[in-house]
Amino acid sequence: MLGLGVDRLQADINRLLASLFHQGVLDEHFLQLQQLQDETSPNFVYDVINIYFDESEKLLRNLRLLLMDREFSDYKKIGLHLNQLVGSSSSIGARRVRNVCVAFRSASELSNRPGCLRGLEVAEHEYHYLKNMMHELFQVLSFILLLHMRIKLGYGRQ
Amino acid sequence: MGMAAESQFHVLAVDDSLFDRKLIERLLQKSSCQVTSVDSGSKALEFLGLRQGIESNDPNALSTAPVNHQQVEVNLIITDYCMPGMTGFDLLKKVKESSAFKNIPVVIMSSENVPARISRCLEEGAEEFFLKPVRLADLNKLKPHMMKTKLKNQKLEEIEEPSKDEIGTVTAAAVVPEIKGSTTTEIEILPLQQDLVLVQQGEQTLSTTNKRKSMEKGISTDRPRPRFDGITTAV
Repeated sequence: MLGLGVDRLQADINRLLASLFHQGVLDEHFLQLQQLQDETSPNFVYDVINIYFDESEKLLRNLRLLLMDREFSDYKKIGLHLNQLVGSSSSIGARRVRNVCVAFRSASELSNRPGCLRGLEVAEHEYHYLKNMMHELFQVLSFILLLHMRIKLGYGRQ
Repeated sequence: MGMAAESQFHVLAVDDSLFDRKLIERLLQKSSCQVTSVDSGSKALEFLGLRQGIESNDPNALSTAPVNHQQVEVNLIITDYCMPGMTGFDLLKKVKESSAFKNIPVVIMSSENVPARISRCLEEGAEEFFLKPVRLADLNKLKPHMMKTKLKNQKLEEIEEPSKDEIGTVTAAAVVPEIKGSTTTEIEILPLQQDLVLVQQGEQTLSTTNKRKSMEKGISTDRPRPRFDGITTAV
């Protein structure tokens, strides 16, 4: 009974991941993160993704503050923030976020304010979409983990 | 891990981004290196014992820096280029200008592909310039550089204080092959396998509590946290 539950959840994960790859939301770098996780660092993927979310949110917030300022002119600062976003998004495998940030960066290099504002909106949208998907992924994973743990502790058939 | 610590390479990683530090630490650990990471160029110099350009073999220099640079052997410095205050390039210059540390290989990382920047760094003495995202394969290129300094340091030690094991240690270092972390689990790069790997890691976490590292701090709690977290820490 519990075994069936796990199978179904695993199928959900597969479907979700396949969809994210198909949409180009994630790319192979995300898979490479898995290779870095092992028994000496068993929470690595979860930890690093959370750090990515924390840092990205701060960067996006700062970008919004900068651009909303009527007297804004520091495109170089925007560029620095975006370099960080582009870099970390590439490393995580967040391909769509990375790509929209690259476009946003181009607008900042041309000191194109409306372009930057548009870029920011798109970046925020892509970022939140990714974050929601990751949460869904982790939720399903936590259920799988819970079920496995219950099996191990003898709450179900081995 | 307390085994054969002398034959492990020690890398000093420098990056102002917590995310990048976390990643480079893991990459280096996966390549069987010991890592110390700092968030700025000035902290890197402090760690080496080079604060304010004063080298730590001056006994009167730094009352708060207990580190004697001869005990902190660093086989490689890997630094981000773009950092506030002292850039990776500035750090590279300071290291290469120091008589004590100019032989430590320095590697620069950057998420921007600027050819002029790359050649400037290489001309200033950087061994390699890596474009982010850095991969495990990139770190393989570092072994020969680190090996050189390790052998050189050991030879210097032999000259300074001839010890019994000298031949043994030199050959041990020379024998280091490719990546020693051959505890690679068979992770297939297919989305279908992902959940199995993550779940298996979870199981190992539950059953080998003495090997488990504690969960790290610094994760904000202003979003609903999945139960995955609660499960691993409950053990």
